[in-house]
Amino acid sequence: MRSRVEGRRDVVVVGGGPAGMAAAARAAEMGLDVLLVDEGRRLGGILPQCIHPGFGVHYLGEELTGPEFAQRLASRVEDAGVDLLLDAHVPEVRWISHAEKGVRVLSPGFSGEVRTGAVIYAAGARERHRFEIGILGDRVAGVYTAGEAQTMMDVYGILPGRRVLVVGSGDVGMIVARRFALEGAEVVGVVEIMPYPGGLTRNVVQCLEDFDIPLLLSHRVVAVRGRGRGRVERAVLVRVDEGLRDVPGTETEVECDTVVVSAGLVPRMEVLRELGALIDQATGGPMVNDRLETTVPGVFAAGNALVINDLVDHAAEQGEQAAEGAAEFLRRGGIPATDWVKLRPGEGVKLTVPQLLSGERDVWVYLRVARPVRNARLSLRGAGKEVRLPVVRPAEMVRVKLMAGEVRRAKVGGREVVAEVYGG
Amino acid sequence: MKDRREVRRLTCIVCPLGCEIEVLLDRGPGGDVRVLEVEGAACPRGREWAAREVTDPKRVVITVVPVRGGDPPTVSVKTDRPIPKSRIPEFMRALAGLEVEAPVRVGQVLASGVLDLANVVATRESRSMGRSLGERP
Amino acid sequence: MGVRVVVVGAGVVGASVARVLSRYEGLEVHLVDANPDVGWGVSKANTGIVHGGYDDDPDRFPLRAELCALGNEIWHRWVEELDVPHTWSGALVVALEGDQRRELESLLERGRRNGVPELRIVEREEALAMEPNLTQEVEAALWAPTVGQIHPVRATVAIVENAVDNGVRVHLETEVRGVKVEGGEVRGLETSRGFLEADVVVNAAGLRADELADMAGVEFPRIRPRRGEYWIFDRSAGPKPRRVLFPTPTPTSKGVVVTTEVSGHLMIGPNAEDLPPDAKGDVGNTAKGLEEVWERAGELWPRLPPRRLVIRTFAGLRPEPEGGDFVVGNTEVWGFVNAAGTRSPGLTAAPAIALRVRDALVELGIELREKGEWKATRRDIESTIDLGWRERVERARDDPLRGRVVCRCNLVTEREVLEAIERMRAVGVRTPSIDSVKFRTGATSGTCQGSFCRVRLVELLAREFGVPPWGVTLKGRGSEVGVGDVKVLLRGASTGGEGSEE
Ligand SMILES: Cc1cc2nc3c(=O)[nH]c(=O)nc-3n(C[C@H](O)[C@H](O)[C@H](O)COP(=O)(O)OP(=O)(O)OC[C@H]3O[C@@H](n4cnc5c(N)ncnc54)[C@H](O)[C@@H]3O)c2cc1C
Repeated sequence: MRSRVEGRRDVVVVGGGPAGMAAAARAAEMGLDVLLVDEGRRLGGILPQCIHPGFGVHYLGEELTGPEFAQRLASRVEDAGVDLLLDAHVPEVRWISHAEKGVRVLSPGFSGEVRTGAVIYAAGARERHRFEIGILGDRVAGVYTAGEAQTMMDVYGILPGRRVLVVGSGDVGMIVARRFALEGAEVVGVVEIMPYPGGLTRNVVQCLEDFDIPLLLSHRVVAVRGRGRGRVERAVLVRVDEGLRDVPGTETEVECDTVVVSAGLVPRMEVLRELGALIDQATGGPMVNDRLETTVPGVFAAGNALVINDLVDHAAEQGEQAAEGAAEFLRRGGIPATDWVKLRPGEGVKLTVPQLLSGERDVWVYLRVARPVRNARLSLRGAGKEVRLPVVRPAEMVRVKLMAGEVRRAKVGGREVVAEVYGG
Repeated sequence: MKDRREVRRLTCIVCPLGCEIEVLLDRGPGGDVRVLEVEGAACPRGREWAAREVTDPKRVVITVVPVRGGDPPTVSVKTDRPIPKSRIPEFMRALAGLEVEAPVRVGQVLASGVLDLANVVATRESRSMGRSLGERP
Repeated sequence: MGVRVVVVGAGVVGASVARVLSRYEGLEVHLVDANPDVGWGVSKANTGIVHGGYDDDPDRFPLRAELCALGNEIWHRWVEELDVPHTWSGALVVALEGDQRRELESLLERGRRNGVPELRIVEREEALAMEPNLTQEVEAALWAPTVGQIHPVRATVAIVENAVDNGVRVHLETEVRGVKVEGGEVRGLETSRGFLEADVVVNAAGLRADELADMAGVEFPRIRPRRGEYWIFDRSAGPKPRRVLFPTPTPTSKGVVVTTEVSGHLMIGPNAEDLPPDAKGDVGNTAKGLEEVWERAGELWPRLPPRRLVIRTFAGLRPEPEGGDFVVGNTEVWGFVNAAGTRSPGLTAAPAIALRVRDALVELGIELREKGEWKATRRDIESTIDLGWRERVERARDDPLRGRVVCRCNLVTEREVLEAIERMRAVGVRTPSIDSVKFRTGATSGTCQGSFCRVRLVELLAREFGVPPWGVTLKGRGSEVGVGDVKVLLRGASTGGEGSEE
């Protein structure tokens, strides 16, 4: 694709995954001059490697595979007249003023600084790797993160191994386990440190039970061994108690040649951190207001760079919200000043987004619970709102709409809304 | 004669609730299965799903197919309809030798009537790679 | 007819020997190693410190004392000539209690005897002014401004590249299995790739130097592996010290160091754990060792970052010779020259050890005349991450591949990777491995530890070496990244990279 790169933009979107594509398309559809920059050789972010179905049920009203979903959004991006710069890395965004940023780009085709009014940062996440989850032992081949294994297999056509142990039973871990099983590898187990599976029941059934893959709950992989040959030969497991502490004397060894680590994602924050954006320790992403603007004026965030989403639908939705935020920012010369209400997680809740609410508009609140609860009562204390939900789980983001009026209630109180979850 | 009745326990996958469902079934002499009772489902959709899951479980199969001269060197594919779960391994083996030529478009049928069960359709594109592997076309 | 010298071991010591000998007319120098690349033995995993030379007791360990101080001096020149990533940060040896202060005084005295300049004991206030995040418990510290840090593998690569430029021939994946000695003189080496004639064999075999000496029938102290473990933090994690921080040393070790290593990451380690003699390949990490390091480091640096900011752990094995001193020089077999027993500070001493080996050749009566043309310098691969923004853009505009970022965390471009591959070939690397690229460019060693870019490296290595991507290795044969193409198991046939000879 031939695109214009030079010249000042209204919006530069960093990242061409679902959030970035949705943001770019929406912004361009609102008449803004948009440049979308992505590192990949094609649009889609991690979607092209997620070849299983389950994408778009809410956002598009139909269930697609990852690549198909990407294709749909990519055509929308193109139709909207977004300029594309692919194979391009953004190492830095430079602050010039509240209303002007310089997005620094390195790419084979264009390298330099692109001036822009607003930035939408949708650079996605990275995977947690073995060293972060304390897998010690030998440094040998055959240890991959789930996304890396997926890319090897489903993009580059490389089979990473024959006997596979998966660490982490989130949806990604289970889906990767099934992919290996389908291609004829033996999946010796999926190991989960928590006492319950991390992902959806549907995946426990369709990915594990369908293929007789054992799920080992309340266990942790502590080491890989593979001296000499340079390849994983065994993994060492240990049982953990309710406090997730290793139970002495419960070490066992499993023979395998591959260990796939699916231990969750971390928002990629280098660029925003350098810009001085405040990072929320709970989400790992930037603190944002209900326009999804970070604490750096004119810089917005969406998708997994904002908060780790389990549904592509939410990531795309955040992209659109960020685009609307950016449009308002450009129209009014900044997001209007207000006495923000803080939204924070309380009892039973791990994280909440956005962290600052204006009370000037209805807002989608995303939150993740700390543990599974049936017949849950979700309270947004301070806003006087309560919602009943049949079941909530850490694996599934909860999304509720908070009305402007409800937020305003908190303005007279403690200037705070606290999300809490209780059993029924 | 052995009792032909049996109880199958399933976790429902229709919605996030994940009901624990018990299906009482009767196994005919020819292996055919008749559902007698479904218990534990909170909704009719769950009951329906459970009955189907014990009589004739089916899945859409997702895999990749190598693309000669393609960038990327594979395309992802899916079956255009669900196939019986029990035949998935056989189906995968039947596809193992399949390799196609670049370029491949999304929606292109790469193999039709595989084992008389389904067509295999590309879900991702792969472009023709100009000269050398890994270089941008 | 020239004299054929075969140096066994392409660690920092063997490499240094090869470089020094490459300077002389009439020597045909070969460098042999069992590993797939240079610098992958002890030289791969260590603290990377160019020590000052005040630690080693000249009465008990005369070689260490002399060669460490001299080595430090030479490294100041070599890092410039060879463009080795380095910092001359200086070091503080920290005393926490009264009797540790006495130890500082004896270090100062040793340093004086070993000829180490600029040593000084600083009091608590000055130490804290130099390193505000140092423990408040500090009583005093020995300030050693000549101490520096280098990237040990990049240093070894640099030395070998320069040696090759000056005519040295490298034989990798070549294991020496026997030394042929006739009439008390070295004749050659039995290797996994056939017989190599040699007039002189230099034993720079690191952990296995005792085994090589055995092959020649030369007496040599036993070498025991002593493990040291490390933690490395993300580049963003701090606070980081400006100088290398040592605790007051004990008789067995210089203790757990807190330092900002050359590529800017906070690093802590190593502990010292003696392993059985047969554990010379045991470079795995253990919970016990790592916890010990964490605790010791915390004593010097109470504000350690949280564990979630750790990006890697690793371990190295020190070759501890019985007796404790280096073993360098001629032996009872004519032509078998030792450059071994290279425990710490062997990295520092390597260039000085090499000069000793040259002297040993002179002792043997080999006439050494300097070549008329000898290239003293070598340039490193230019790292994009070290450039300012303007320069980055200029480079990318001149060369599109300098604009294609492969490793995002460390900003390594495709050009750097391709240059690394070219240089791998130049020193005789036969098996494509990710580690070879990693050590030359820093790719895969950042925040994400390669989960994004490893597969890109695989793609490039496969293309450049003309092998299928699954045949690319992590660190040599047996560590192939895959077992075959994605359908290999379903087809019921194995086309794995394993066992496929070249
Ligand atoms: C934990 C730790 C921390 C350290 N910290 C420091 C420090 O901060 N500063 C410092 O100065 N020193 C330090 N050292 C010491 C320093 O790393 C070593 O002294 C130095 O790297 C030794 O280099 P070498 O070339 O002798 O050995 P090596 O690097 O091990 O090289 C020997 C080579 O010989 C090859 N080889 C062996 N046998 C054969 C055979 N039969 N055939 C073919 N090839 C063979 C091996 O494959 C290997 O590549 C440390 C060491 C450790 C382990």
